[in-house]
Amino acid sequence: MTSFDVIVIGGGHNGLVAATTLGRAGRKVLVLEAAGEIGGAARTEEFFPGFRVSSIAHVLNRLHPEVVKILELEKHGLAFERQATPSVALSTTDDPLVLRGAYGESLDGATDSEAAAWRELRALLFRYAGILKPFLARRPPDLADMSLSETSALAMAGLSLKRLGKEDMRDFLRMLLMNVADVLDEHLEDDRLKGLLAFDAVLGSHLGPRSPTSLLGLYYRLAGEIGGVPGAQLLPKGGMGAIIAAMGASASAAGIVVRSNAEVAKILVEKGRAVGVALQNDEQIRAKTIVSAINPSSTFSLVGSRELDTGFVRKVKNIRMMGDAAKLHLALDRPPEFLGVRTEDHRGRLVIAPSTDHVERAFNPSKYGEFSPEPVMEITLPSLADPSLAPDGACVLSAVVQYAPYALGEGWEAGKPKFLNAIMAQLEAHAPGIAKSIRHTELLTPLDIEQRYRMPGGHWHHGELQADQMLMSRPVSGAAGYSTPVDGLYLCGAGSHPGGGVSGVPGLNAARHIIAMKA
Amino acid sequence: MAKTARKTNASTRPPRAALQGHFRTLRLPSPLQPRIDALAKTEDWYTWAGYKAPLSLWDEELEYFTIRSQAAAFDISPMVKYRIEGADAEAFCNRVTLRDVSKLKPGRVHYTAWCDDAGHVLDDGTLFRLAPTHFRLCCQERHLPWLLDSTIGFDVMVEEETEAVAGLALQGPTSLAVLRDAGFAGVEKLKIFDLAEFPHESGMVAISRTGFTGDLGYELFVPAKLALSLWDRLFEVGRLHGIRAIGYTALNRARIEAGLIVANADFVTAEHAIRGDRLRLPDEIGLGFMVDAEKPHFNGRRTILAARANRSMKHVLVGLEIEGNIPAEHAIVYHRQKREVGLVSAAIWSPMAKRNIAIASLSRPYGDTVTDDLWVEIYAMRELKYERLMKRARIVPRPFIKLERRTANPPANV
Ligand SMILES: Cc1cc2nc3c(=O)[nH]c(=O)nc-3n(C[C@H](O)[C@H](O)[C@H](O)COP(=O)(O)OP(=O)(O)OC[C@H]3O[C@@H](n4cnc5c(N)ncnc54)[C@H](O)[C@@H]3O)c2cc1C
Repeated sequence: MTSFDVIVIGGGHNGLVAATTLGRAGRKVLVLEAAGEIGGAARTEEFFPGFRVSSIAHVLNRLHPEVVKILELEKHGLAFERQATPSVALSTTDDPLVLRGAYGESLDGATDSEAAAWRELRALLFRYAGILKPFLARRPPDLADMSLSETSALAMAGLSLKRLGKEDMRDFLRMLLMNVADVLDEHLEDDRLKGLLAFDAVLGSHLGPRSPTSLLGLYYRLAGEIGGVPGAQLLPKGGMGAIIAAMGASASAAGIVVRSNAEVAKILVEKGRAVGVALQNDEQIRAKTIVSAINPSSTFSLVGSRELDTGFVRKVKNIRMMGDAAKLHLALDRPPEFLGVRTEDHRGRLVIAPSTDHVERAFNPSKYGEFSPEPVMEITLPSLADPSLAPDGACVLSAVVQYAPYALGEGWEAGKPKFLNAIMAQLEAHAPGIAKSIRHTELLTPLDIEQRYRMPGGHWHHGELQADQMLMSRPVSGAAGYSTPVDGLYLCGAGSHPGGGVSGVPGLNAARHIIAMKA
Repeated sequence: MAKTARKTNASTRPPRAALQGHFRTLRLPSPLQPRIDALAKTEDWYTWAGYKAPLSLWDEELEYFTIRSQAAAFDISPMVKYRIEGADAEAFCNRVTLRDVSKLKPGRVHYTAWCDDAGHVLDDGTLFRLAPTHFRLCCQERHLPWLLDSTIGFDVMVEEETEAVAGLALQGPTSLAVLRDAGFAGVEKLKIFDLAEFPHESGMVAISRTGFTGDLGYELFVPAKLALSLWDRLFEVGRLHGIRAIGYTALNRARIEAGLIVANADFVTAEHAIRGDRLRLPDEIGLGFMVDAEKPHFNGRRTILAARANRSMKHVLVGLEIEGNIPAEHAIVYHRQKREVGLVSAAIWSPMAKRNIAIASLSRPYGDTVTDDLWVEIYAMRELKYERLMKRARIVPRPFIKLERRTANPPANV
């Protein structure tokens, strides 16, 4: 039997990035994936005969350029379309507002004064997101090995690097932990625009726009880039699975062995050191380095609390990771028509979030275990640009819908049909007649996502991405920076710094950290 | 009724505050209070872990000699006690505490300690293995939240039993005779650190050959409602063997002679320490011998072993013998009479050793590799005037006294 230097648990995109980076550095790597195929939450799957869709993540907006470069994804079949995908803020009372270019380089449908205000705010948001960008790309600072003055020196270095003016610096710090609603109110008037920005800030988290720190979510998004363009987004041809296909090809080229249907049941630890894994079928595989690309709390339950300290187990248990985002897939007879939206703009990202207040009201019930009666959502029609995803003339709709609290009070069995009705009412209001064209519906609640994709809580980021669970507290102190209390065991998934989304950054950073540690 | 961690999540568990109501009464009475009150001639009380407890009862000098020449009854009911029970009880204790619990057989007791993740000592105490899946942990401080959090992933139940269980230490050369005459048949078979249960009235009393005096002695644990009748049973037969109740001052002398440390007297426990430099790793307070690097994982293992490997231990706890006869309590320790290197945490003139002894914490390398030329500065109050004495101190092994009768088998039966 071949022996491996490294075992990567989980063949999601971060696992593949970590594995390939390690493989290219000369390590012999085995990836163990529980599902029948790789890709995790970034796959393209058939949900109805002839209809294929990005099964969870559907908009690509933060795949890191270094990941593209190091894995040579373009050589392995990834093609970025150059034209940027617009975001369309839908409205039932007004014409839609269209953000063109990379996150609204220009605005269609706003007054001149609003467009000017937006230009200013957009520039400011990108400037400030740019300050955070290096922190969201690197390994988090290691407080344990650093004095307080060194830490603040590092922070200041990061800041001054950007050569901010004094005024800008003050405003950056003032805004850092603000809620997005207040920031938007300081700058903008247009409810459609504010609704869209508010939605983007809270997408994938358990926050409303008026929750303190909600602005961070928007910065996180804007710190992403595609094809060198900050804030750009696209719907990959072939769905998110196309990214995975390129990553899979890159992995094979690097000599990585991938085994699917290989669920890890236990991480073997001897004298405080990870020495291998046991699979569901009791097969044991040993390696010097174990890299976990799955959720951090799942990782530490595979380790078992017997091998961990009480305080650490307590911290892991307290990681908040109950998702609020559901995924809707519709197989439609024909493309729907959203009110007032130009034909070509249907290829964009269509957002139902008519105002900040609407998003906030959608959030409110989720605090008490109830779904939004008027949910907010981000809709894509991927088959318009890529007809291979649907049979001739038919159409695929893919939507991320909030808020659908993981722990629904009445339980999802009872709640799911009701939630679907609430979603459909919203869709019908914005695209009259859509209901009549439905051939098949698939709604994945966070509970479904947890079960199907092995993502605890069905959480976007494998754990809330909020200030207290970021940087050196992500996923928890003691396991930030990819090392864990168990020697030889590393984390590299979305639950680690900087967080989730199809970026590959946790995977890349973890691999680099492991290489730098040199076994 | 062992509960798994899964079942004991926050929503199904009663609020933790309700599980430990001890603080609601200031100076709780002990289950033995009526008997102790009746003997308290000096009315010399202090608070021990929230309980009203005597410093002395009639004469602290004679109380001390009761320990060394008769049978001294000391109420240890205020000691914090936890009941640990379940299929994983051994594994649980092994993960929480430093020593290897798999080596602790049912019917045995060991002295151990436990640490937080950073390896800092949370407390020391005794672990009683009453049955294969049933333990009792006795200590100075409260730890219920920590212990409950430690149950995550273990099939084990942890329950506070401080108030439900009364404890009585019977220490001194005639202690066995008292127990024998009280009718605890077979108690003489107990070797040091053995534990057995004996019938008492409607229930059972757990008797262990343990104690805090370095002498022959036993500790008895009974359900609180049987405490008074147990006391009476011992005192009725004990009169001829010189049984007397004692307070903490006498016990404290005995424990210093025995070289034993007291949490929050000789070191600051991790959850009480406010200042970061007061935290202590086991090796820094003389408990390094407990750390078993070969046993399965335990809390703090990683940091303790790393500190050993990096030689980054900062402190050391030592026994001192000091010239003269004036106790050096809380005296500063100097190297070459100049450099301040530590503090004495406990000191007495030892009547048994006939030496002036102390327990002190020193900053390494002093006490570790540098052991010569140590001094203590004693301020002796003499009629409203301090006399400052600089006395030579020598590091000596603990215990300061070793009594054969403590471990003799069979024990002296006088
Ligand atoms: C509703 C929703 C919509 C989203 N939309 C977007 C979006 O539009 N754009 C975007 O960028 N991001 C989006 N995200 C976030 C994104 O999907 C995730 O952050 C990202 O896919 C996480 O990647 P990963 O590789 O870290 O983990 P995962 O993709 O979760 O991969 C983990 C892999 O590990 C495997 N695994 C788990 N347990 C075991 C085990 N015991 N043994 C072996 N293998 C195991 C799993 O099967 C899986 O393949 C969305 C998330 C959600 C929930």
